Amino acid sequence: MIAIVPGCIAILVALGVAGAILARAPVGRWIVYGGCLLVGSTSLVAGLIAIGGPTEHLVLPLGVPWIGMHLRLDSLSGFFLALLGLGAAGASLFAIGYGRHDQEPQRILPFYPLFLAGMHLVLLADDTFTFLFAWEFMSATSWALVVAQHKDEGNAHAAFVYLVMAVFSGLAMLLAFGMLAGAAGAYTFDAMRAAHPTAGVVAAAFAFALIGAGSKAGLVPLHVWLPLAHPAAPSPVSALMSGVMTKIAIYGFVRVVFDLLGGVPWWAATIVAILGGIGAVLGVLHATMERDLKRLLAYSTVENIGIVFVGLGLAMAFQANGFPTGAALALTAALFHALNHTLFKSLLFFGAGAVLHATGTRDIENLGGLIKRMPVTAATVLVGCFAISALPPMNGFASEWLIFQAILLRPELPQWGLKLAIPADGALLALAAALAAACFVRAFGIAFLGRPRTPAAEQAHETDIWSRAAMGIFAGLCLLTGLFPGAIIDLLAPVAQAMTGARMPVQTGDPWLTTVPVASSRSSYNGLLLFLFVAASGGLAAMVVRRVGSAVLRRVPPWDCGFPDPSPMTQYTAASMGQPIERVYGTAIFRARSTVDMPAPGDMRPARLTRTRSDPVWDAVYAPLGRCVTFVSSHLNVLQFLTIRRYLGFVFGALIVLLAALALWQ
Amino acid sequence: MHGISFDIAHMLAGFLVLASFSMLYQVRLYALLNVLALHAFVLALSVAWQAHIQDAPHLYITALIALGFKAILIPWALRKIVFRLGIHREIEAVGGIGPTMLAGMALVALSLEVMLPVTALADPVAREDIALALSVVLIGLLTMVTRRNAVSQVVGFLSLENGIILAAAGARGMPLVVEISVAFSVLVACIVVGIFLFRIRERFDSVDVGVMDTFRGGQG
Amino acid sequence: MIAPLLVQFAQMLLVLALAPLLTGLVRKVKARLQRRVGPPLVQPYRDLRRLMGKDAVMAENASWLFRVAPYTIFACTWVAAALVPTFATGLMFSWTGDLIVVAALLGTARFALSLAALDIGTAFGGIGASREAMIASLAEPATILIVFCVALIAGSTQLSNIADHMLNAHVGLRVSLALALVALIVVTLTENARIPVDNPATHLELTMVHEAMVLEYSGRHLAMIELSVSLKLLVYISIVACIFFPVGLAGAGAGPLAMAVGAAVYPIKLAIGGVLLGIFEMSIAKMRVFRLPNFVGAALMLGLLGVLLLFVSRGM
Repeated sequence: MIAIVPGCIAILVALGVAGAILARAPVGRWIVYGGCLLVGSTSLVAGLIAIGGPTEHLVLPLGVPWIGMHLRLDSLSGFFLALLGLGAAGASLFAIGYGRHDQEPQRILPFYPLFLAGMHLVLLADDTFTFLFAWEFMSATSWALVVAQHKDEGNAHAAFVYLVMAVFSGLAMLLAFGMLAGAAGAYTFDAMRAAHPTAGVVAAAFAFALIGAGSKAGLVPLHVWLPLAHPAAPSPVSALMSGVMTKIAIYGFVRVVFDLLGGVPWWAATIVAILGGIGAVLGVLHATMERDLKRLLAYSTVENIGIVFVGLGLAMAFQANGFPTGAALALTAALFHALNHTLFKSLLFFGAGAVLHATGTRDIENLGGLIKRMPVTAATVLVGCFAISALPPMNGFASEWLIFQAILLRPELPQWGLKLAIPADGALLALAAALAAACFVRAFGIAFLGRPRTPAAEQAHETDIWSRAAMGIFAGLCLLTGLFPGAIIDLLAPVAQAMTGARMPVQTGDPWLTTVPVASSRSSYNGLLLFLFVAASGGLAAMVVRRVGSAVLRRVPPWDCGFPDPSPMTQYTAASMGQPIERVYGTAIFRARSTVDMPAPGDMRPARLTRTRSDPVWDAVYAPLGRCVTFVSSHLNVLQFLTIRRYLGFVFGALIVLLAALALWQ
Repeated sequence: MHGISFDIAHMLAGFLVLASFSMLYQVRLYALLNVLALHAFVLALSVAWQAHIQDAPHLYITALIALGFKAILIPWALRKIVFRLGIHREIEAVGGIGPTMLAGMALVALSLEVMLPVTALADPVAREDIALALSVVLIGLLTMVTRRNAVSQVVGFLSLENGIILAAAGARGMPLVVEISVAFSVLVACIVVGIFLFRIRERFDSVDVGVMDTFRGGQG
Repeated sequence: MIAPLLVQFAQMLLVLALAPLLTGLVRKVKARLQRRVGPPLVQPYRDLRRLMGKDAVMAENASWLFRVAPYTIFACTWVAAALVPTFATGLMFSWTGDLIVVAALLGTARFALSLAALDIGTAFGGIGASREAMIASLAEPATILIVFCVALIAGSTQLSNIADHMLNAHVGLRVSLALALVALIVVTLTENARIPVDNPATHLELTMVHEAMVLEYSGRHLAMIELSVSLKLLVYISIVACIFFPVGLAGAGAGPLAMAVGAAVYPIKLAIGGVLLGIFEMSIAKMRVFRLPNFVGAALMLGLLGVLLLFVSRGM
């Protein structure tokens, strides 16, 4: 089984080369995206088989001489491989249709398969060199895709920030593996698993892994690049970056913390859980105030990554206290949510891409009424909005429900940090879920409902058949995984078993396919039955009402309290829709301010409303850091204009200092 | 065991914490005084209950003092003062109500976390009572810190003092003399504060303590 | 097999039948307190019949979502009501969802209603939806924290098990339960758009929230929404009754006599809840919109405090 995946990677690299050659020909799109679709489907199947299958190893005579490239496919990488395959297949299917509109396909086609290849390799890597190579390769190719639409305003800045953060993330991962390697210089993961690091090394390795994987995943406070970079890429790539690449980062974190370190102390769990909770709320608050559709989705990714990290933090807390069943529940919930996020975030990015193509704008203030012009897109995006808002019977609810159940397990956790962090996390998650609903009511309501706000929105057209197929399939999967969460839980059982030493109870045997996370006396949920009940009672009500009462429907102009205004400008805007939430939460957290510049009577200039808000993380961490770097580099700039004699003097001085240090050290 | 007496003691202490929180929540001065009266009333009930379960008749006197002075007399007096001064009825809180209440929550968590391990060997009724009493004290301090108005600072001070009495009533063997002296010292403090309020008002035309800052030396 | 199914359906019909009566009762209490005669108790039924008989009038630019939403809202609320133990616990389908699911189902209904409000593209729909979103963003987490509080004590999120636990185990008086009860009452007022959060009787633009969202609805669609509003009030009062006052609830697998007792006690509980609600609404004024976050936020804080107490100490 494992041999298939390097084969997939080789095909992807070949597709990259083909993309470079055939970029300008229309057939290039078909070959590259079609090939990626097939490879993605293969990975999906291979991953699904690998979850339940035995762990397989493979050493390829590539990479560093005499060491080779160690590959390993176990249940954890199998699950993420399936997730990657699913996301890649969906994005490629979407891109077959969507790629027609790419301005410069030669900037996308070569890198798209290579990006996928890099992600495949991360999942398979079983030694430090391969992992870091793949990690950096993934970063570099995705950077190339971010910069693909380089003519758009702001994308260059986004790409720069992304590059800096990617390098930083790679460096942190390097240090994490350096810590794990220890004095013996173990470079294979097997050697790291066998080692028994001291508490200090565990702490350092955990911290570096959290920084490295967290900054790739978009964990607050390392998320600043994400809302810049993800929207800058073409929409299928945005879907891949948000839906899949962040999961690869989570894979890296799980691999290091649960597998290589084999458990971390409780304070580490507290940090992860609290950062996750804060990230969830901060991300969704940003999203609620955002008017750029794709950036809104990117901020919502920050939220969902936060939710996943809350689950991981809970799993770590339970594991640190010797409570494997709890850890299994929390880890399953976290991975389930990761899968769900891949499904609905890809779907929503596809929808955003379709809207962007149909109207030429990502600003929801310029949209409106698309539900009539783009019925299929609207319906599928609506499904995605329901799912991401954690509403039953969709999949987002199922995974968040599981995380709530994990919070409620409450074994007697002795540490004060966890005692306070877990209830706080519960509150933050609940807040994030409620705000997500608000955010997506706003996004869908302003973009797809109401009346068109601009001529572009009025003349929008439905997207092509490939894109619609991709969106339809993902919408269907969102519903299916919501109706049958038990199947996913059972699918994840080998992963939980491998990582925590326990698994959740078998779900598929339960009557009516009910989900029972711990025991039926504790809690149970049946999405399928719920859906059937809601559908049946809704249908019944409609039937009875039309039979008993009047079935006549008259179409008239809108009533609007007696003052209908034909101008679409009088509709509620996205800004006013977000204003109450901005005022309640944003005033303190984001220093959101709106000032009205009202001209004096008789003055003919228009009144102006100015709204400002700032990211607290950016202001507190990155801006000072940036200023510091600028300061240092501008002062070091003088070094550029010295005589050759002085440069020689520097070299000489450095040599002397090093020798002196050596002498003193000995 | 005496499960229900535990429960009622905890419940009353919990209500006292709840009353402290509603003090943090209130933004109107008259309503705040009503909450103060409620606070003292709950305290009286709680102390009376302690008197009952500890068989300590002198605690009934403490309860009566709390009821008479703090639930009736002092709120009434403060109400008169507010009326006489005609001061603005909205209390200006420093920072919003939400963050203040979150801070109060953190204080409760802190005091539980500090007191429960320390008193692990104590009488189980006293244990959680003392932890909750400490949170009442801390929330009282928080009220004083976050309010600009002098009257509401007095209210915060009084609720703080209620917390001390709750702790004292929970611990067995507190002499009555101490409690009476505490109660009277509070009354005296109230009178002094009352006089001060009028003096401040005459001098600065406001009871907003922020105004006084501008008259402090050395700040220009 | 057949008997439990019949009981389950009996509950669904019972809640449907009682819901408008409860609304009528609250209105009557309020009217009497204002020294008005007030409409008869059965007025809500008459309203529903009248609305259903009328033609549905819909804006020209309304989409399919606008027509589907009323039935979705009604179905979600009805199913939520079916999951709450009213006169008996452990009904046939009570394990389909727990208290979190009930809260989330009502969230689905709200989501659908907010979208429908935005569908026509009028200013009022937007104003209602945006305010509703703001209020819900605090009320929903408060609900979840109340659920946590209760579930940590009862060891289950399943409403039937919670009610059984409260009824049979010696729970005693708990500080955290008291906090949860206060918070749940605040949430009930908020979620049902009652004074001081929203005034169900007003159509004043500046203050309305819920009414602004349903402004464009008429005829049978409006009837469905009105019925869901009544049902939602009944759901919340039933939740309060079954968690905090589970007296008279028939246990799982109880005989017909216990069921009959439960069915007799339940309307009394509802009536008490309705009367108290009416008295409360008459004795308080509506708040400014931007005072609401403090009010609802207080419920959130109380819920959090209760959960904190439970995590720190078993005794509370």
